[in-house]
Amino acid sequence: MGRIWRFGKVEFATATAISVVLLLVVLAAGYTAPAFQRTVIESLIDLLVVVGLYIFIGNSGVVSFGHISFMAIGGYASAILTMTVQKKHVLLQLPGFLEHIQLPSLPAAVVAAGFAAFIAWLIGMAFIRLRGIALPMATFAMLMIVHVVAQNWNEVTGGRRALVGLPQFVGLWTALLGAVVALAAAAFYQQWRRGLLLRCSRENEVAAEASGIDIAKERLLAFVVSAFFVALGGVLFAHFLGTITANSFYLDLTFVTLAMLVVGGMRSLTGAFVGTAVVTIVSEVFRSIERGVDLGGFTLSAPPGLQEIGLALILLLILIFRRDGLVGDFEIGSIFFRRAKENKDS
Amino acid sequence: MILVQNAIDAISLGAIYALAALGVGLIFSIMRLINFAHGELIMGGGFTLYVLTGEPYIVMAVAAILIVTVLALAMERVAFRPLRGANPATLLIASFALSYLLQHSVLLIFGSRAMGFDFLGGLNQSIEIGSLRVPGLEIAVVVVTALLLLGLTLFFKRSAIGIQMRAAAEDFDMARLVGVRADRVIAVAFALSGMLAGFVSLYVVAQGGSVSYKMGVNMVLVAFVASVIGGVGSLPGAALGGFLLGIVSVALQAFLPEEWRPYRDAFVFLLFIAFLLWRPQGILARRADRERV
Repeated sequence: MGRIWRFGKVEFATATAISVVLLLVVLAAGYTAPAFQRTVIESLIDLLVVVGLYIFIGNSGVVSFGHISFMAIGGYASAILTMTVQKKHVLLQLPGFLEHIQLPSLPAAVVAAGFAAFIAWLIGMAFIRLRGIALPMATFAMLMIVHVVAQNWNEVTGGRRALVGLPQFVGLWTALLGAVVALAAAAFYQQWRRGLLLRCSRENEVAAEASGIDIAKERLLAFVVSAFFVALGGVLFAHFLGTITANSFYLDLTFVTLAMLVVGGMRSLTGAFVGTAVVTIVSEVFRSIERGVDLGGFTLSAPPGLQEIGLALILLLILIFRRDGLVGDFEIGSIFFRRAKENKDS
Repeated sequence: MILVQNAIDAISLGAIYALAALGVGLIFSIMRLINFAHGELIMGGGFTLYVLTGEPYIVMAVAAILIVTVLALAMERVAFRPLRGANPATLLIASFALSYLLQHSVLLIFGSRAMGFDFLGGLNQSIEIGSLRVPGLEIAVVVVTALLLLGLTLFFKRSAIGIQMRAAAEDFDMARLVGVRADRVIAVAFALSGMLAGFVSLYVVAQGGSVSYKMGVNMVLVAFVASVIGGVGSLPGAALGGFLLGIVSVALQAFLPEEWRPYRDAFVFLLFIAFLLWRPQGILARRADRERV
């Protein structure tokens, strides 16, 4: 009888190490200007979304283009749940019970992310058996559908107008909490038996199937869990900005979040963190150059658009020179256990 | 009569989709690369036309096709050759990054507003055949597409490099083992893909009358869907998928009730998902699509 429970030291050490770094960043950010704090909050929300993506894409090796639509679903669901009843009356025409309820932020966030996970489960049941290019294309179609619906369903999403004036309860600490919870969940899943089964299928589908792994079942689980956290990212995003529009959740955000995952290395949790950090820092550097750099008396400023160009160039270079991402398979937690392993070997 | 009118619209839209799908499908069949930057090839053609406004139409058209072909070759050399053999996710993100890079470079130079100018404006006038009114552009598209498809068929059936390309699409490693030169086959694939994007850009500009830095995005999305419907890796499949998608789009536009019209694209993608569930390998699947063990 094999052990059912395996305590993955490396995975938990990784999540802890990253969380400590994030905590230090948040503590330090407390002393900085509000504009910088906003950047930190945004990047923590990005990290939450990227870790959510990683739970599915990283562990299964299957790229999904559709997860940003779960972000949209989560964001809109929470926006509707937290809005005051009078406001709903003016802006939207919601079906029956939704019109009369208003939830506090935390239950609304959980219900919204849970709802997105439920949708993911429904969609996943149909999608997840697809193999090869078909599954990514199906998730891509899902992104398109959710986008078109969000843009046109005036009664529920407000259509092309943004829903404004949502309660802005997301600050540094809320965003940190979201990111840390996602990291812990990803670490847990990754060292859990079910997560290991999925990672086997990532390395070799045929061998995994031959060993009795039900690939579709494992992928579905990861798909739902990952949708939950991505949707939670959508909730925080909406309540950080205080406004939500359909156009935020489309190709650009899909590109940026996938880039964060791939640049760091989509095969490890450390990669998700490193990628998010690198992309955020690079964009910030170029954005500040765009605003103008003070060079002893005269300001040197670059034309707008440089930020995107610089980011894209650096992404391309990283992919060309390190095609498995910056860290590849490396997990930061492994450095704490290296010595113990060496001793065992000798 | 309205049915015949719709049928003509469907065929000409399908023809353009087929060209776009072929451009994407060619690269995918050989390199397993979903080239997102194909849309920026179309954009490149559009902006070449814009820069050359005032020259004779034929000069504009030839220049656009040539420049896009060169751009496609440059893309391969600079970005995709170093990445050859990388996993599909990395390739895809790289093409995404390239697309982003080109879009924002154009944004930097030309600004974000759509810019209108005249290219083949006369073709938008309709020709009356009986009680039908057919825009000249639609006739031109169908004729040009037919010629291109004929030319491509001859190229793939008769020329040595064309046959090598088909072999590479079937099984790239095997083709290399029997002496097909990878660099050459891939370069030719990119050149052809660029040429097709050039033709598509002529249509997009003639039809819309303007260029903007995002002009290629919709077309490339359509091309992905069409090439998957046809069967990834199959070139006749890509063309067929393009025509089918054109027909479905026009049919939905014509027959959807008024209040559902804004959701047309959602229906197109919903049908696409239904299709994938029914036949995930596409209509004309390659035999060796699953990796042999």
